[in-house]
Amino acid sequence: MQAGTLSSFLKRGAIWGFIVLELIFFTVAGEFLSLSDKAFMDVDNMLLLFKQSAPIGIIAMGMTIIMVNGNIDLSVGATYAISAIVLLDSMTWPVFAGLGDWVIPISWGLALLTGILLGALNGLIVWKTGVDAFIVTLGSMLGYRGLVFMYNGEQPTSHLNWTLVDFAEAQFLGLHTATWFLLIVTALIWLLMNRTVHGRNAYAIGDNRTAAINAGIRVGPHMMINFVIIGFLAALSAVVFYSESGSVNPNDGELYELWVITAVVLGGTKLTGGAGSIVSTFGGVLAIQLLRKGLAHIGADTETVNLVIGLILIAVLFLDRQLNIKGKEELKV
Amino acid sequence: MAGLTKSDIGGFLARQGILVAFALFIIGFTLANARFLAPDNVMGVVRSSAILGVIALGVTFVVISGNLDLSVGSMMSFSTIVVLDLHDKIGPALAIPAMFAMTLCLGAFIGFLVGYLRLNSLIVTLGMLSAIHGLTLTYSGGKNMDIADKEGTWFGVFGQGELLGIPVPILLFVLLASLFGLVLSKTPYGRKVYAVGGNGTAATFSGIRRARIVFACYIISSFCVATAGLIQASRSLGSQNTVGQGLELEVLAAVILGGASLLGGSGTIFKTVIGVLILGFIQNGLLLVGLQFYVQFVVTWVIIILAVWLDVAAKRGKLWSTIA
Repeated sequence: MQAGTLSSFLKRGAIWGFIVLELIFFTVAGEFLSLSDKAFMDVDNMLLLFKQSAPIGIIAMGMTIIMVNGNIDLSVGATYAISAIVLLDSMTWPVFAGLGDWVIPISWGLALLTGILLGALNGLIVWKTGVDAFIVTLGSMLGYRGLVFMYNGEQPTSHLNWTLVDFAEAQFLGLHTATWFLLIVTALIWLLMNRTVHGRNAYAIGDNRTAAINAGIRVGPHMMINFVIIGFLAALSAVVFYSESGSVNPNDGELYELWVITAVVLGGTKLTGGAGSIVSTFGGVLAIQLLRKGLAHIGADTETVNLVIGLILIAVLFLDRQLNIKGKEELKV
Repeated sequence: MAGLTKSDIGGFLARQGILVAFALFIIGFTLANARFLAPDNVMGVVRSSAILGVIALGVTFVVISGNLDLSVGSMMSFSTIVVLDLHDKIGPALAIPAMFAMTLCLGAFIGFLVGYLRLNSLIVTLGMLSAIHGLTLTYSGGKNMDIADKEGTWFGVFGQGELLGIPVPILLFVLLASLFGLVLSKTPYGRKVYAVGGNGTAATFSGIRRARIVFACYIISSFCVATAGLIQASRSLGSQNTVGQGLELEVLAAVILGGASLLGGSGTIFKTVIGVLILGFIQNGLLLVGLQFYVQFVVTWVIIILAVWLDVAAKRGKLWSTIA
């Protein structure tokens, strides 16, 4: 095996190796430190892990395309909150009073439409003004959060629909509804990235924008589509989560963008664009959730999670760079 | 108008657009509410902007050098909590230097990672945002920090005191702004910061030690954060663990409003101060005309995008982007 393939293998497999390490560590450490009798690798525990990964995971899939394309979206947390409010509030609108449970698909549709519109607005501004996506979405992160507050003041918005709760808590083939959504989104985005022209072009634009333009790729529409996708996915994540919880605070979704970006970067996607994989992002999402659950399992304080994840993120960045330097030196020889 | 063509006006608007907008804004709010420009209101605005402003000074250095610092919010929470905790344990006179030392260590760590190891500053400071937050919570055990004897300490002077009728936070802000303004515009170090941010490779080839410059930028940033933490702690004499949460983005908004480019190489301390004041006056003006605090989020959003758009448009000479 050549050294080059070894390093690329290391890079691709790193996140899964990390997950295996986490599992081993928490299983062994849990034997000595855990207060509960339950094993960490319990089936129910693992199923719950998937379910809890869903809100961050669904958004992370969208963030992967955005970052592969060379952009970033900081407004996903606010989009998530607005969509959640639209979902819960629209179910109580008098217009839909006579519909019974048929209001559910309408509310879902409205919430998803909200996400699409907010994403499209971001995309349009990035495209037409030429302002960097970081600044545009930094602004809309504030602006969308303002809209959340304007909608319902500082009050929580609550509405429980039991049909919806039953649906969200249902298990199909052992997996929760939220898990299914995560898996389906992952599969669809994987197809989009690897089997469509749009996906190819997104990689091309992120890797070398000038070359992509010279090759006749229209950069603007592709960026626009990606922002629409991440807006849609942020809304979908809200729809899946709040169907079950039924109550949203105006501060919900804050710092989600940080968790999402952390998951995507752990999965090996480059901030500079052009590189990244959906499967690795899925690994990154699982790794973060495992860490949270695992630390709680061995009785560490919840605050340790922030410390550990922050340091791991930096360590990953460092290792990744070391591997890349090796690759470049080989290229020179 | 002899000699003043349309493009001159456009060019002027693009270059000084933010000042023009600021002036229009102040005139508008003064017409809406006469109290807006009253001295005590202005003083109040500047005073409440001081914490944001002090941090923004340090972040300006980091941004000009072509990097980002997203960790300032949680770093300020850290210094606030630490100085309040140490105040009761070793007394204020020792607590303040101890807190500064600890915060500078954090800054040095980030500076080492970004400067010497050349890691991506966005991800490093994102990681540090999370890590320092965890550190703060571990330090305090998640509890709020309070000074036991609030009456019998002189510690409140940094946040509540006045000197010659001017509140101390404002004095500190003005002092640091003048100091760092001079450093940035009049010293060789300041020129090197611009050089590194403008074109890192060219700067390296002309003999500038990039790593050292960037390292110093983060030290300056953490020094500013420690000062802000001191003001915050001294003003309230008690604090939650999340006191600085979200501040990093507000600070960045102020720096961007001031016209610093995120790509590095441009921006000044003076413009950042203007950016900070604009944010402060918007917040205050909207409250004075009776709008809720969250309306300012939306207004800030619109202003940031318009400001940066104008800036970008002026540079390329076209209003709309050339992206196909």
